[in-house]
Amino acid sequence: MRGQDRFRLSAMKTVIAAIIAGAMVLVSGAIYAQSVQTTPRIVPRVTGAAQPMGDVPAPPFPRPVTDDKRVMRNYPEQPPVIPHSIENYQLTLRANRCLECHRREYTEGSGAPMISITHFMDRDGQMLADVTPRRYFCTACHVPQTDARPLVPNTFTDMKASGR
Amino acid sequence: MKWLISKFLWFWRIASRPATHISLGVLALGGFLGGVIFWGGFNTALEVTNTEKFCTGCHEMRDNVYQELQRTPHFANRSGVRATCPDCHVPHNWTDKIARKMQASKEVWGKIFGTISTREKFLDMRLELAKHEWARLKANDSLECRNCHSAIAMDFTKQAPRAAAIHAKFLVTGERTCIDCHKGIAHELPDMSGIEPGWSAPAELRDRHSHHTPDADRLSRYLASVKETQP
Repeated sequence: MRGQDRFRLSAMKTVIAAIIAGAMVLVSGAIYAQSVQTTPRIVPRVTGAAQPMGDVPAPPFPRPVTDDKRVMRNYPEQPPVIPHSIENYQLTLRANRCLECHRREYTEGSGAPMISITHFMDRDGQMLADVTPRRYFCTACHVPQTDARPLVPNTFTDMKASGR
Repeated sequence: MKWLISKFLWFWRIASRPATHISLGVLALGGFLGGVIFWGGFNTALEVTNTEKFCTGCHEMRDNVYQELQRTPHFANRSGVRATCPDCHVPHNWTDKIARKMQASKEVWGKIFGTISTREKFLDMRLELAKHEWARLKANDSLECRNCHSAIAMDFTKQAPRAAAIHAKFLVTGERTCIDCHKGIAHELPDMSGIEPGWSAPAELRDRHSHHTPDADRLSRYLASVKETQP
């Protein structure tokens, strides 16, 4: 009967479509799984370790540069880098080990360079008698150096060389 | 007072009479054994109260200063030598040690009345407590530092040039002592505002600025007079 034939035909179509769909899911799943397993991760995750909860081997600490030689600034506004070790220096709200040498009053005894005059100026341009609160935390800008190798190559050129 | 004298006389009457029932042997031997036990017990108690475990038995020490110590080189370093609390805070010499232990009875008082029973109370009192330790180490020429570190054994060529120069200038000459510069090496520092670093010149050598003072005085007197005259 025609009605029955049509019904059977539509049932067949449904079954075939289901089989094709199932096969596609399987194949694409297999391809996806394959691609996840085999494709090498070229870029390391920005978040750090691939398994943050696992044990991550830590590289050894690089040695600090402590030769006390003033380093040339790479551009005039560069905060001077620290040519000595600052390990275990206390820099808290209560104590500032850096300023025990670099504060204006103590430079005579310590021989350290005085903090720059910009460090006495608050954000309204008002000169204060001592370091301004916004410049209090030295290591926000000034950093010590170590013998660690750079993670990525650096193509920085001095503006003297590139300006003309 | 009368009561005290009568008690003492009662004790003296018993103590000054020769023993009637106990033999001399028992007295002598018993006295000797008692002395051994007393001295042994005293020394053992002294040793027990002189350990890191005893010091950190109270939460005041364990949660504050002991936690801070664990982040410093005096707790963990490359050569594996560790300084425990009494190494720096109790003199090693017997007489000095007993004197310090007597002073420390004040700390029992503080424990009972909770003088530093919270972190806030401890931080508020930290400057005063630190000043006590600085004064003690200054007075005995940093004796507890020098139990391990001696100037004579320091190889200045192995030090950073800056450290070597400063040690040669201040330490070897005896002009300053360890604690003058090395404050807060094993614990966090208190509020250091107004506390001069060890390498600053003594105040009496810096009074070339003193000629400013009369001016400042005159200025403040003038300002005060101006304020008074204003309506």
